[in-house]
Amino acid sequence: MTSGRVTRRMTLGFGAIISAIAWLFPARAIAERIGRRLPWAANATDRPDRLDERPGYIFLSPAEAAFIEAAVARLIPNDQTGPGAIEAGVPRFIDRQLAGPYGAGDHFYLQPPFPRGQPTQGWQMEAPAQVYRAAIAAVDRWASAAYGRAFVALDASTQDRALKALEDGKANLGETDAKAFFALLLQNTIEGYFADPIYGGNRDMGAWHMIGFPGARYDLRPYVCRYGEPYALPPVGLTGRG
Amino acid sequence: MPEPAVDVVLVGFGWTGAILAEALTAAGLSVLAFERGGWRTAPNDYALPFDQDELRYMWRHHLFQNVAHTTVTFRNSPDQQALPMRRLGSFLPGAGVGGGGVHWNGQVWRFLPSDFVARSHNLERYGAGVLNATEMTIQDYPVTYEELEPYYDRFDYLCGVSGKAGNLKGAIQAGGNPFEGPRSRDYPNPPLQMTYGPSLFGKAAADLGYHPFPHPAANMSRPYTNPLGVQLAQCTYCGFCEKFGCGNDSKSSPQTTILPVLMPRPNFTLRTYCEVMKVELTRDGKHATGVSYVDENGVLGFQPANIVILSAFMLENVRQLLISGIGTPYDPRTGTGTVGKNYSYQIVSSVNVFYDDKITNPFIGAGALGMIIDDFNGDNFDHTGLGFIGGGYLGALNTGARPIETHPVPDKTPKWGAGFKRAIADNYVKTVPIVTHGAVMSHRTNYLDLDPTWRDTLGRPLMRMTFDFTDNEHKMSDYLTDKAAQIGRAMGGREVKENKRSGHYDIAPYQTTHTTGGAIIGADPKTSAINRYLQSWDVPNVFVAGANAFPQNAGYNPMGTVAALTYHCAEAIIRDYVKSPGPLVQA
Repeated sequence: MTSGRVTRRMTLGFGAIISAIAWLFPARAIAERIGRRLPWAANATDRPDRLDERPGYIFLSPAEAAFIEAAVARLIPNDQTGPGAIEAGVPRFIDRQLAGPYGAGDHFYLQPPFPRGQPTQGWQMEAPAQVYRAAIAAVDRWASAAYGRAFVALDASTQDRALKALEDGKANLGETDAKAFFALLLQNTIEGYFADPIYGGNRDMGAWHMIGFPGARYDLRPYVCRYGEPYALPPVGLTGRG
Repeated sequence: MPEPAVDVVLVGFGWTGAILAEALTAAGLSVLAFERGGWRTAPNDYALPFDQDELRYMWRHHLFQNVAHTTVTFRNSPDQQALPMRRLGSFLPGAGVGGGGVHWNGQVWRFLPSDFVARSHNLERYGAGVLNATEMTIQDYPVTYEELEPYYDRFDYLCGVSGKAGNLKGAIQAGGNPFEGPRSRDYPNPPLQMTYGPSLFGKAAADLGYHPFPHPAANMSRPYTNPLGVQLAQCTYCGFCEKFGCGNDSKSSPQTTILPVLMPRPNFTLRTYCEVMKVELTRDGKHATGVSYVDENGVLGFQPANIVILSAFMLENVRQLLISGIGTPYDPRTGTGTVGKNYSYQIVSSVNVFYDDKITNPFIGAGALGMIIDDFNGDNFDHTGLGFIGGGYLGALNTGARPIETHPVPDKTPKWGAGFKRAIADNYVKTVPIVTHGAVMSHRTNYLDLDPTWRDTLGRPLMRMTFDFTDNEHKMSDYLTDKAAQIGRAMGGREVKENKRSGHYDIAPYQTTHTTGGAIIGADPKTSAINRYLQSWDVPNVFVAGANAFPQNAGYNPMGTVAALTYHCAEAIIRDYVKSPGPLVQA
């Protein structure tokens, strides 16, 4: 191991446990001794968080937002087949995700150091928000060197070539793993495009209308054996049809 | 304040913990279960309709183990540097009460009778060459299918499995799986209603001379009351089983089959948000005195117990043994030692059938809804000349087609851009997926040990996983995939696309959560960590319940066999161990 930081952690021993508790248990966690009852808590339903409805971006800087808007418009363009990523609200979805616990890496193991590893060893980067912050700046530096201007200023076909170079790992982003960043950006774009609208993307369930997914339909029993028939009802989201 | 001693401490409270707690408290023992996550129940944690939230539960891992705290390190071979699995991918262990039993699909299988004698059976039929003897480390179980049958049956009825028997006391039944071992009685519930895609698969497979049958499902085909008196509702085919909790009590889980009866019992206590640090032993290392644990305030405690049962996810079970110093760690260079030996997995692949004219609505689904053939599982077919042993089932499953995850697109479709979007829009409701689900034999260099470098947030070493697929798995999986494609082509679609599993095992993409081995069951303490009753050879008042017991992985989902071994263990503790504590099998 190249860094001494992990080694130092190892020697901390039991004293490290107290500071680790905040990591170990979520904020609302309270250790319970449960006996002689089947617990159930009133008004304690673990609902998804409400989207921050303020206008504009929370995490992304103006320059970062411009990159995201330009990139996702190429990953899922708008045409007669269905809405594009911009029309579906994907940039706002990504912004809110990065501003929240996902961006902070709440479900990622983030002990340093971060050697790259083999392709089969998976994610070897910091939290998603940090990855985006570093990678967008690196892409613009690379694009300026390779194409003479920042990504957002390129025409659509050059943007496609640039994205392909990221996807193939042929763009040199220095410390940032271009291939891994592209995979993350594409994954988050697809998430925002197809996730429930409560997360800020998939506006008006446009993506679900396009493919024929009925959304959060509770009961599909009447359709199980109606072979070959299109599902007749429009999609519903977790908050209904609005 | 010292804690009063209990008869049994359980480390982890998912399926095996709940099964053991119910059986042991019913026999009058006092049981205390530790669970590092919180209480979980449908009305609070995955209520309708917000249980149908693909982003939160699948992609943000809301019900899964949080690797921020504890993960594994991984490498393909012993000469590589293992690195931490920084996010979940290939497999998805559960966290919290119910464990993976909350978000599983409900696929309940029995292993074939020959799977329990994998080594001697294959040696006898194919000779020593096929075992590739120096590298393949498969072993026989010390129990037989016939011995486990009553316990398989018990789990089928606990869960209300929907299915069609193929072998009742030796008599083959039309419409069931003719290759399965004899059942003492039929499934408690009839099969689920079949969706369009699987019915097309079933017809094509039958026309080709194979033997299709409905996948056995712990998803209710009708309302059901289990032998404990707990009720489950009929499944609504909403398509959110796998990776999700069921808000409708239609999928078997500890919550929907055991906990309503267990929790009120006066001799049972559950402690949530308490993490067991390790099993504490007497100075000579031959007897467990209890467990040390830490709660959410960082308060350390010691819980004395007469029996300690590790009932966490199998990777944590193996880690607890190694951290606690129970048994001898496996050494892949010499083949000696047992703890960590024979780590194994599952090899899966798929085929997509695309139609122009058939609307299949694959989003209508249930976790274990589908038509299957077992003609190419285990040793149900002649392997002479094939160059591999083992097999798997294959079939058309409609587990639900959540749209972030499910993008069936024809061959040569771009991965993004207008062509990608167009292909999803054109094909999403006109496709049938066929999956293959293959065995993985055990091999000398596939194993678990404690990582020398990386630690969890409590300062303990992470489990280090060294694993790769070998030629045996690739040949077998390609064979299954070709058979799946053959059936796919007979289904009358426009295009059949094969998605073979090639190259090294990759820990990033989701495959299955069927990680197995590492503390295996056996007849000899030199080659196994636990005996036929899941009892440690080294510390006889420690038992280990989980898929860690499998000497190698069969071509089936593990939970049915894990449950059967767990019931078998519980009965031995009640019948024999309590009366005469000590080794239940003499080494």
